[in-house]
Amino acid sequence: MITDALIAPFTEFEFMRRALAAVIALSLGGAPIGVFLMLRRMSLVGDAMAHAILPGAAIGFLLSGLNLFAMTSGGLIAGFTVAILAGVVSRTTGLKEDASLATFYLASLALGVTIVSIKGTNIDLLHVLFGNILAMDDQTLLVVAFNATITLVVLALIYRPLVIESVDPLFLRTVSRAGAPAHLAFLALVVVNLVNGFQALGTLLAVGLMILPAGIARFWSRDITGMICIAVISAIVSGYAGLVLSFQTKVPSGPAIILVATVLYVGSVLFGKFGGLVRQLFPARHLEA
Amino acid sequence: MATALPVQAQERLKVVASFSILGDFVKNVGGDRVDVTTLVGPNGDVHVYTPTPADAKKIADARLVIINGLGLEGWLPRLIQASGGKAPIITATRGITPLRLGSDADPHAWQSVASAKVYVANIRDALAAADPADAEMFLANARRYQAELDALEAAVRAAVEKIPPARRKVISTHDAFGYFAAAYGVEFIAPEGVSTETEPSARDVGAIISQIKSAKIPAVFLENISDPRLVSRIAAETGAKVGGTLFSDALTDEKGVCPTYIEMVRHNIKALTSALGN
Repeated sequence: MITDALIAPFTEFEFMRRALAAVIALSLGGAPIGVFLMLRRMSLVGDAMAHAILPGAAIGFLLSGLNLFAMTSGGLIAGFTVAILAGVVSRTTGLKEDASLATFYLASLALGVTIVSIKGTNIDLLHVLFGNILAMDDQTLLVVAFNATITLVVLALIYRPLVIESVDPLFLRTVSRAGAPAHLAFLALVVVNLVNGFQALGTLLAVGLMILPAGIARFWSRDITGMICIAVISAIVSGYAGLVLSFQTKVPSGPAIILVATVLYVGSVLFGKFGGLVRQLFPARHLEA
Repeated sequence: MATALPVQAQERLKVVASFSILGDFVKNVGGDRVDVTTLVGPNGDVHVYTPTPADAKKIADARLVIINGLGLEGWLPRLIQASGGKAPIITATRGITPLRLGSDADPHAWQSVASAKVYVANIRDALAAADPADAEMFLANARRYQAELDALEAAVRAAVEKIPPARRKVISTHDAFGYFAAAYGVEFIAPEGVSTETEPSARDVGAIISQIKSAKIPAVFLENISDPRLVSRIAAETGAKVGGTLFSDALTDEKGVCPTYIEMVRHNIKALTSALGN
């Protein structure tokens, strides 16, 4: 009975298998990014960047119509530009990262809306970029897997400076110059994973699959490696359980996945090993044994 | 006779229609005595439209506003209030018994040609009331256009007749063809529901795939306003043929395949017969 509910949807339908593959790829790439975003207090950057890609998508649309490739590349370029400009400004001036990013994303959004209305169309361009997790064709699936691979490789390359910078930026500045390039490469990864998430998950909720697992991981581990592993696992579990939930009830898939992640998050807030509410109220006794 | 009068310096009647298909009806009835603008243009999705200040200005300037009603233009009442326009609002579906989808009315009444004739009659009366001087001309135009619609209705029925009854089933992207289905006996199944705003669940998609396989549904169709990827995926998984694009809620622009309502219906019926015929 239970195996029927949990496994049968995937053996019976190819679209469910493809959706699961896409969710796993998204989790592998997005969850580690989310952990670093959280450690750097940039959890809301994902949402800001989501809006920053609009003018790029709009220019892609103006140049070649409703062409997914052109609009995606445009969105990536716009996202990179905003991320890099914001990063440069916050590093060279006293303005904090969140403030400079907010400035650039709002400017970018305004530009995007203006470009769209010059064309005089009412098509929601961000929606055109959105795919649907249930409609994974070969091309989208390959792109999602490719991006996840790139993300993991680049993360491995910049892991050391990124970790040190996340915990002690001043120390890194004194021993190495790798901080700035690593930071910019990281921002680029954020953009890639966001666009990836939109195409696969089909809503702005894509940000959720990056950030919520990181929040969950925070309550179960104290070191970064542990956090990344737990984040990836909880993202995959949310993805799988969300798809099953969407199959067994009538909840749309994207929201279902994020809702499952939210339940995991609430559970972690209550019962988490590190800083969970229950642990704080009833601390384990020391030196027993 | 209106035509016998000396050349009028009088301005043409400014009419705003909420979307392209209504605009086409108004153009046919109003002829050159009417200046019609549409809020949601060709290939636009009227379910999720976001109005602009230019739209509010159009409504404020209009002498007559024609809407579909039945919940299609959810964004319109606030726009009309905000625009401060004094023009009467005419619901073109008045007199049509709406089909029900759950608790809501299905707004896509124009997909049945018989209902389209009701639209035309409502528009004719509204135009005549707003501009009595040209009433006779509107009457004549409406009579001529309704005759064309009668011919269209006959053509659609003849075309459906040619499809074997067992094969009169198709999948489309959103529930826009309820009236067409009811009028001509072709069954439509859609993953998106009646508005394009809703997102399908995995359960819906799974159910449709099982249904296509068990009922041997021969073809799936795309729509000009919806995301084609989901339907393509369904086609790939079931071996059903992608029968082309159906036009549901919006006409194309002048250069497209169906710039008018009549051409739209002819295009749809041709796509259906070639995909469902043997």
